[in-house]
Amino acid sequence: MAHDLASPRPVRRVGWGQRISRWDFKLSPYLYISPFFLLFAVFGAFPLVFNVVVALHDWHRRTGMGDFVGLDNFAWVLQQPLFWRSLENTISIFLLGGVPQLFLALLIAAILDQNLRARTFWRMSVLIPFVVMPVATSMIFGQVFGQFGILVPNLQELGLLTDYSSPFFQDRFLSHVAIGSMVVFRWTGYNALILLAAMQAVPRDLYEAATVDGASRFRQFFSVTIPSIRPTLIFVILTMTIGGLEIFDEARLFDGGGTGGGSGGADNQWTTVMLYLFNLGFGQWQDRLGQAAAVGWIFAFIILIISLANFWLTRRISSADAAQPRPRRVRRRAQTPDLPTPSDITDASLEGVRR
Amino acid sequence: MSTAFIENTAGPSAARYARKRAARGRPVSANPSSRRPGWVTYAFLAVVIAVSVFPLYAAAMYGSSTTTEITRAVGNLPRWLPTLTLWENFGEVFATEQFSIWVAFGNSLLVAVTVSASTVFFSALAGFSFSKLRFRGRQGLYVTVLATLIIPAQVGTIPLFVMMNEFGWVDSLLALIVPGLVGAFGVFWMTQYLKEALPYELVEAARVDGASMFRTFWSIALPAARPAAATLALFTFIGSWNSFFWPSVVMRSQLTMPLVVPQLRGVFTSDTGLVMAGVFLVAAPLLVVLVLAGRQLVAGVMAGAVKG
Repeated sequence: MAHDLASPRPVRRVGWGQRISRWDFKLSPYLYISPFFLLFAVFGAFPLVFNVVVALHDWHRRTGMGDFVGLDNFAWVLQQPLFWRSLENTISIFLLGGVPQLFLALLIAAILDQNLRARTFWRMSVLIPFVVMPVATSMIFGQVFGQFGILVPNLQELGLLTDYSSPFFQDRFLSHVAIGSMVVFRWTGYNALILLAAMQAVPRDLYEAATVDGASRFRQFFSVTIPSIRPTLIFVILTMTIGGLEIFDEARLFDGGGTGGGSGGADNQWTTVMLYLFNLGFGQWQDRLGQAAAVGWIFAFIILIISLANFWLTRRISSADAAQPRPRRVRRRAQTPDLPTPSDITDASLEGVRR
Repeated sequence: MSTAFIENTAGPSAARYARKRAARGRPVSANPSSRRPGWVTYAFLAVVIAVSVFPLYAAAMYGSSTTTEITRAVGNLPRWLPTLTLWENFGEVFATEQFSIWVAFGNSLLVAVTVSASTVFFSALAGFSFSKLRFRGRQGLYVTVLATLIIPAQVGTIPLFVMMNEFGWVDSLLALIVPGLVGAFGVFWMTQYLKEALPYELVEAARVDGASMFRTFWSIALPAARPAAATLALFTFIGSWNSFFWPSVVMRSQLTMPLVVPQLRGVFTSDTGLVMAGVFLVAAPLLVVLVLAGRQLVAGVMAGAVKG
């Protein structure tokens, strides 16, 4: 210390406190975003790359990594009739669950978009299915659609069914209807609320003007409401696509899981792709991780293509709806100002799609 | 709205229409959306509610019945009101030695609480940085975060499982907690919110007063982010609580609530009453959450929350 004091040095020295403060200022921004990037690197990006490695090897759950086999796993998967069957099942369930869901959600949203009494109560009750555990829904629907359930005996009564056992567990299409109905049950109210939020942001003077111009309620819905909520509609359809194609819970427990069940039916009537992947890697008699990883890659690719096609299609259809160019003001106002809106996310994720 | 006003603003034909409507007793009101809807609307909504509660109601009714009652109730629910059998069945589900629903409940709670607390904290931290701090590469890094949103997550299951195997985390709750500690959606959510809700002036004032960065975050940004944080926590909690695919890949003997459901069929086999009572027990806790935090949940969905 004495030496320090004796030696001559510049008067305006940067003190420790200040130096720390400068580092704090420079490094903190990076430090604060690092948890996300670290976690994503380990559990998001790395598995994506590592998936290729697994898919290129003979890899089993019990014995681990085996020989390098090149693209054999991919070829094997593409030659499996079961893979294609599961893909058909998935798309069929997706359509049967998605299309009615969208129309019902629009209808419910339009009905909620009125001057209702006890508004919050209705909105909350529409969300009930969203918090019911999907596996529980699946078990209950399985019971209702089953032999001793509600539907089948009534259909027998009406003479529409002659077989004693439930066709919902035999017939491929009917099993898709049953599982699709679970999807409708779970997501309709949720999407209705998202659409409702967009509908409420439509400036009321547009409706006023339409009324004055003599447009009926229906005409107003199709010519004012739908074009105004377009970005949200695209968002709903897009998330529906990605979520809907990855369907697993509902199909897995439709026949109750437990012993022997859970693999998608005796003839794989309702085996979805995710269920197929699960069965390949972790099913009772299988541990083909290499092939399952190949399924993962192929399916990711398919989802991406379907999402893009879907996006392109929705954009075209909904812009065809809007016959006349609307003032930009309308579209901008259709977004809630204080919180991030679905359309922000659409834009965001689409930015990702484009690159 | 007078017809003279309509004639001036919208033209004579519109005014003629308005007069005709008024003659029929349905005048053009100034604000048509303020009209109260009729009973048909409420009837429709009542049907929607009936459908929404039906599955859980059905589970409770089946859970209140014996197997013979269920097989005899052809084409109908076995009963319309719950009975004491439901409590007895609950007791039997709790008492079984094959699995413990209490342990599953504890596991689910531990995982969901940890994951949502950590998601909120790290998302708010990153959101603060992205929205209010200036640093090189900010824009690019933020776009990277958004780009990761479109990766179909479940597709990486197999490599993730292999990693968990290497870590020795198979059948450990760590496998459920650690990968979910923070996600891109949370970061995006908090960034967007803080961008609007936190004025620059406040951050600068804290700096001028000599507060460290973290202090600024903790005392200024975090309180400002509270509404968005609560919503994020709620949705993360529900998503974690209900998740089934990944737990069924990576867990063996340790159960979470959704993993109990396939066990029910295995343990109680064809005793449908018991199975359904179990299903009801497993699904009920989140209903409590809906009742307690329903308002917030509705606001969150309407603000554009994404599926879990």
